[in-house]
Amino acid sequence: MLLYDQRYRSITIQIFALFLLMLGAAWLIDNVISNMRLLGRSFSFNFLWQSAGYDINQRPIAYDSTMSHGRAALVGFLNTVILAILGCIFATVLGVLAGVLRLSSNWIVSRLITVYVEIFRNIPTLIWILIFGAVMAESMPAPSAFRGDDPASSMIFDAIAITNRGVYIPSILFTTDLGALQLGPVAPSLNWLLIFAILIGSVFANRALIAHATRTQNATGIRPKTWWKSILIFLVPLAVVKLSLGVYLDYPELRGFNFAGGTHLRNSFLAMWLGLSFYTGAFIAEIVRGGILAITKGQTEAAFALGLQPGKTMRLVILPQALRVIIPPLISQYLNLTKNTSLGLAVGYMDLRSTLGGITINQTGRELEGMFLLMLTYLAISLTISALMNVYNSRIKLKER
Amino acid sequence: MRKSVFVGAFAASALVAGLAQAQSTLEQVKNRGELVCGSNTGQVGFGAPDANGVWQGFDVGFCRALAAAVLGDPMAVTFVPLTSQTRFSALASSEVDVLARNTTWTFTRDVDLSLTFVGTNYYDGQGFMVNRELGVSSALELDGATVCIQTGTTTELNLADYFRINGMDYEPVPVDTAAEAQQQYLAGACDVYTDDVSALASSRAAFAEPGDHVILPEVVSKEPLGPVVRQGDDNWADIVQWTLFALIAAEELGVTSANVEEMKTGSNNPEVGRLLGTTGGFGDMLGLDNDWAARAIAAVGNYGELFANTIGDQTPIGLARGLNAQWTQGGLLYAPPFR
Repeated sequence: MLLYDQRYRSITIQIFALFLLMLGAAWLIDNVISNMRLLGRSFSFNFLWQSAGYDINQRPIAYDSTMSHGRAALVGFLNTVILAILGCIFATVLGVLAGVLRLSSNWIVSRLITVYVEIFRNIPTLIWILIFGAVMAESMPAPSAFRGDDPASSMIFDAIAITNRGVYIPSILFTTDLGALQLGPVAPSLNWLLIFAILIGSVFANRALIAHATRTQNATGIRPKTWWKSILIFLVPLAVVKLSLGVYLDYPELRGFNFAGGTHLRNSFLAMWLGLSFYTGAFIAEIVRGGILAITKGQTEAAFALGLQPGKTMRLVILPQALRVIIPPLISQYLNLTKNTSLGLAVGYMDLRSTLGGITINQTGRELEGMFLLMLTYLAISLTISALMNVYNSRIKLKER
Repeated sequence: MRKSVFVGAFAASALVAGLAQAQSTLEQVKNRGELVCGSNTGQVGFGAPDANGVWQGFDVGFCRALAAAVLGDPMAVTFVPLTSQTRFSALASSEVDVLARNTTWTFTRDVDLSLTFVGTNYYDGQGFMVNRELGVSSALELDGATVCIQTGTTTELNLADYFRINGMDYEPVPVDTAAEAQQQYLAGACDVYTDDVSALASSRAAFAEPGDHVILPEVVSKEPLGPVVRQGDDNWADIVQWTLFALIAAEELGVTSANVEEMKTGSNNPEVGRLLGTTGGFGDMLGLDNDWAARAIAAVGNYGELFANTIGDQTPIGLARGLNAQWTQGGLLYAPPFR
């Protein structure tokens, strides 16, 4: 009988379940459509081209309140990406350091790191973000404290001002401007693109240098000294750029109500960045520790027996193997951090959720369309991150032949 | 098992949604025996719980009057605190029956968001509050200032316009609620706090040192604040609208919470009779009983009493009637005739 045929039965059940699922989805969509008709509302993305009317404090690209909601959403998107990238970098640095140090044989160091990991891991991200935000706003001096002949506060090295409105750091400016590359809505500065290209070139040159050293070592048994060549490879092109473009630092200075000049790292940004990085860093620390512990003790002992120092053992023997264990869970931490950037509204960070998903939706009333765009964008960001990380993962994973 | 629970939940929610759709708002409120009123998350004087957890304030008073008119009990109100971001979704999704929460009447909200603004219970305008120490005496001196602002408000848009028109620069610090804005402002994370003047006065009254803060003389916008209902239930909109007008008309006609009972019989003004339901049968036309307006007035007083008790110059908020005086007194309050 067909009922006892396992293959037939499972296919039938699956088709039935799929049918129910589609029915459910259709019911939901139909409900939305009929309810929207009932309310006299339409489904349209026209609002993206209407004037936004609100200002955004952190603007990676030119924006003012007369520009469109779509432009405001783009500014928010860039703010999200900036926060996600900087957050992932800082969280990784913190996490790897903490993960390695937690295994330190020094009792105090390992206990301190344990305290860090446990405190940050076990308190929700949002609370950490609010704590960092509150600490910045409540306990730092106001810009007016820097005023006068005998100010209550002074700038660090006359360059960095830490205030209750954020941290002002010097920014890098050029006397020669190469102009900007017109790429539709965004126009990155050619100066920065040039520097970026030179840095990438230096990385490749340095890699070639190290490969050459390894080849020499394999052939002759003696590894040529490379450190000073590496430094030259990175410094010389940058020095040439500095001279030809006239790079100088723009220091923040007190003018009117606030500091002007320099780069303003707002409280909202710092709270998000530190909160997300320290929180995610604690998880990454555990992943790193797990990855290191997954490598058998024999590897360390073998490396020691060959005469490698502890630092080199970690760098050359343990970490490369541990990475294979570390990378896959690390991807999810990056994705978590990226998605947690949407908590920005709590401290007024103008990310995609606050611009498109917050103010724009509120001013235009297009919840459905806005949320739909928001979902698609976060999905796209997350899929991009995991695709990139998967490429990296497949490069470092054990090659089986 | 999981799946069947899921499908069951679907069916149940469909059923509930279907039932809810079929009833008018008035029927829903009556069946529930309670009015659900969207209110501020805490704006002293307009809508905030007092020390005993009982909501008090000007907007809250309006909801109580409405509950008295519809249900006969001014305390039969559940207040749902809504941020400026969540208020319209909450109203649109029937989470609340009426929104009485310092909401500005604008074209897009009325037309595009499919809401109905039934009237204005407070004529307001946007202003700026600064610390006295700054020595600022005009909003035009605020070039380069850091401004705390609640997101999702008309205030946000007016602010952008005002600074652009005057060629000034500013740094917006967006916050979610008035409480958060006050905390940031008091911590000095922003120089200026901007909001409707009434809200600024209410915030200032709650500060430890209200005298340290000045509200600048410039009023940069028109902010007609009023109760809002969903579009599409005209009867409910009429009830909310005429409850507001009843409070306003009561002040004009000299009906107060103290004399409402004697005015019912004692007045020879026919409009008072129609308002209080002794003649005309106006309550029936609304789908209520004829005592509706009398109950509303008895519960919270007329507009003038409500104003004086919650935000008037005898209260810590200390707002003058200004634009919110009766039209006979040079203000803008003008209730259509009860006829």
